[in-house]
Amino acid sequence: MSAAKQYPLQGLRVINFGWVFAGPYLATMLGDLGAEVIKVETRSRIDSMRLSPDNLDRDPDRDPWFHSGVRNQLSVTLDMAQPQAIPVLKNLIKISDIVIENFSPKVMKEHGLDYQSLVKVNPGIIMISLPATGHYGPLRDAQTYGPSLTGLAGIDNMVGYSGERVLGLQQAYADVNSALHGAFTVLAALYYRKRTGKGQFIDMAQLEAVISIAGEAVMEYTMNGNVLGTQGNCYPTMCPHNNYRCQGDDKWVSIGIKTEDEWQCFCEAIGNPPWTKDEKFADKYSRLRNQEELDRLITEWTAAHTYYEVTEILQRFGVAAAPCLDTEGRFFDPHLQERRTYLEVEHPLTGVDFIANSAWRLSDNPTEIRSRSPLLGEHNSYVFKELLGMSDEEIARLEAEKVIY
Amino acid sequence: MTDKALSGLKVLEWADFIAGPYCGKLLADLGAEVIKIEKPGVGDESRQRGPFPAHIPHPEKSGLFLYLNSNKLGITLNVDTATGRKIFKELLKTTDILIEDHTPAAMEKLGLDYPNLQKVNPALIMVSITAFGQTGPYRDYKGYAINASALGGQSVCAGEPGREPLTPPLCLGHYQSGAAGATAAMAALFARELSGKGQQIDISEAQVWATLHTGNQESSFIMHGMKRMRWGHRTPGVYPYTILPCKDGFMSMIAIQGYQWKKFLELMGDGQVPEWYSSDPRFQDRREISLKYADEMDSRLAPWLMSHTKRETYQLCLEKRIPFAPVRNMEEVVNDEHLKVREYFVELDHPAAGKLKYPGAPGKLSETAWKIERPAPLLGQHNEEVYCQRLGYAKEELAKLRMGGIL
Repeated sequence: MSAAKQYPLQGLRVINFGWVFAGPYLATMLGDLGAEVIKVETRSRIDSMRLSPDNLDRDPDRDPWFHSGVRNQLSVTLDMAQPQAIPVLKNLIKISDIVIENFSPKVMKEHGLDYQSLVKVNPGIIMISLPATGHYGPLRDAQTYGPSLTGLAGIDNMVGYSGERVLGLQQAYADVNSALHGAFTVLAALYYRKRTGKGQFIDMAQLEAVISIAGEAVMEYTMNGNVLGTQGNCYPTMCPHNNYRCQGDDKWVSIGIKTEDEWQCFCEAIGNPPWTKDEKFADKYSRLRNQEELDRLITEWTAAHTYYEVTEILQRFGVAAAPCLDTEGRFFDPHLQERRTYLEVEHPLTGVDFIANSAWRLSDNPTEIRSRSPLLGEHNSYVFKELLGMSDEEIARLEAEKVIY
Repeated sequence: MTDKALSGLKVLEWADFIAGPYCGKLLADLGAEVIKIEKPGVGDESRQRGPFPAHIPHPEKSGLFLYLNSNKLGITLNVDTATGRKIFKELLKTTDILIEDHTPAAMEKLGLDYPNLQKVNPALIMVSITAFGQTGPYRDYKGYAINASALGGQSVCAGEPGREPLTPPLCLGHYQSGAAGATAAMAALFARELSGKGQQIDISEAQVWATLHTGNQESSFIMHGMKRMRWGHRTPGVYPYTILPCKDGFMSMIAIQGYQWKKFLELMGDGQVPEWYSSDPRFQDRREISLKYADEMDSRLAPWLMSHTKRETYQLCLEKRIPFAPVRNMEEVVNDEHLKVREYFVELDHPAAGKLKYPGAPGKLSETAWKIERPAPLLGQHNEEVYCQRLGYAKEELAKLRMGGIL
């Protein structure tokens, strides 16, 4: 197909040392945008994204999370703990543009693969590290999982029902957040390199990338010494602002009202029941003060409808509403379907997977999934022979010595 | 070297509140020139949001506005007027990236949809960030952060079973969609080098949630019929993956590897795994514990946790390399020694709000500085600089435009 559109990052090569899971997610974002991404992994220490809790088969090539999160990437098996792997990796980095890693800070240096070493091999290389707390500082070597980082960064402290105990986000929000900020920063560094020829090193502490999205709470403290506790679904400039029970088992709808105009439309949409005229709800200040009672009255109306009915009725009146979709609900939602949010992708071991598509749409370039997630070491031959020109004997020797493994 | 990563890049931001402005901030902080358009008189909605010093509302002192808009030039323009739109298009002629957050219907009504704007500047990259995106049946629905996180599946993942789902605090989704917009804008810049043409980037906040944050659930659902729900202060699958109270707050306790958990048990048992644990056959499988005995385990850990502060526990965990962490509040975060050594927070002086500490760089670049060179603009602060010096309007003309409600 000669008319096929180019992917925006076509021609760019990325070496991904990342594992569970900020690094691999960042690499996938670049892969979605068209870069050739080579994931370096080994059977000696299998990336736990390949053996996640949802992997009921315990087969590293059948992990649902890995299939979804690591597509548009190639896989080579090379054990960097083996000294013979290092020159092979350096040869690969010599012909690459970007290196991604998210080990603890000392690992790359121990293997002679830190930025100072790589820049000697490839002066234009752009390297990004995504350690939990950064490459220097007293907490440098702290061990942390993604879900704890939102605790350390001050976010989890706000997640819970208002005035009740902390529940936390309960997910590796920090990994996704730093992958996203990392992808942006790498591309900015690439923009700089295009003008100047210079590469650089990016130290992206996941902890810091999380605090950067909590500016509102930081400023609340630096201005007034105020510390925000559990927020529930409250937002100070909006009321009503909550998720309300609907018809069905554990079905909820989100409603958000900011302006007086929207409030009037809302009252009209639900048929102007007498309580909407009550002074207690006459303006936003009063509504915020009587929020609990207001929420209870609104629930009387929402509970008589499905979450889609509530959404349609309110949106017709210009009021912001949307169903709280769970895993299954998203799969069947007509809007998400029409936007090709989940794609059917063939896989040799599972037959077919449904994979979350890229997060963005470009009007003029494709950014969709073009290659399924790789089997462990699936692209050894392409990388070692075609890209690096290694001989069959050399490859066989490294395989026998479990360097390629 | 004063060179920055994005020096020379020209950005026009016509967007309110958080999502679009955060996208603009990411670009501005790495050196792009960002001109922010605000509504005459009232300005960006975040000016009304606060937090405000001493809780006294003032449009020039809102913490959210100050944080999101430093490094930008600020102008006022009423794009709802015909003259406003004419000036808007003049500005677009020298713009590389336009950031906007209006529904597709609103943009079409104003004649400012991408096909029209491309006629003004064929190389223009337009980043459109909305709750539900540019296509699909909900494209013109109204949506706030709470609605996008609902549709995108984030909300049902937080909260207690049976109770209402919790949307993330602080409109976090807005930041994610802003960062997605900035990333895609960079990709479009590279595409433009080859094609010479700009394009429209469609960011749906609901979709950012549904793909990046919750998307992997769909694969498990199709493969094994699994659904992710909300389970309160813990996540089943392995124990511990939980947040538990301690003497003065909460600890976030996750141990994926068995040896990590063993180290904590030994810490509790003064060097030995406590007898009540090792002798109980129910506690030998941590998946089983998470599914059946989590409440019981929580209460078994309580006496030790409740007799130690966050700081004490964290210190012990750091020494023993146990990956637990304290749930910190912003006071603890802002005064953190580690972040001080890394000079993460930056101090900035603003003409109305004074000297304040702001969050700093999300990442440190070795060659091109992340730097705040100017505080957030006062409403219309750079009108003269932009309209007179760049577009060539006379000062008297500016006065007339102001009186006409255009600026």
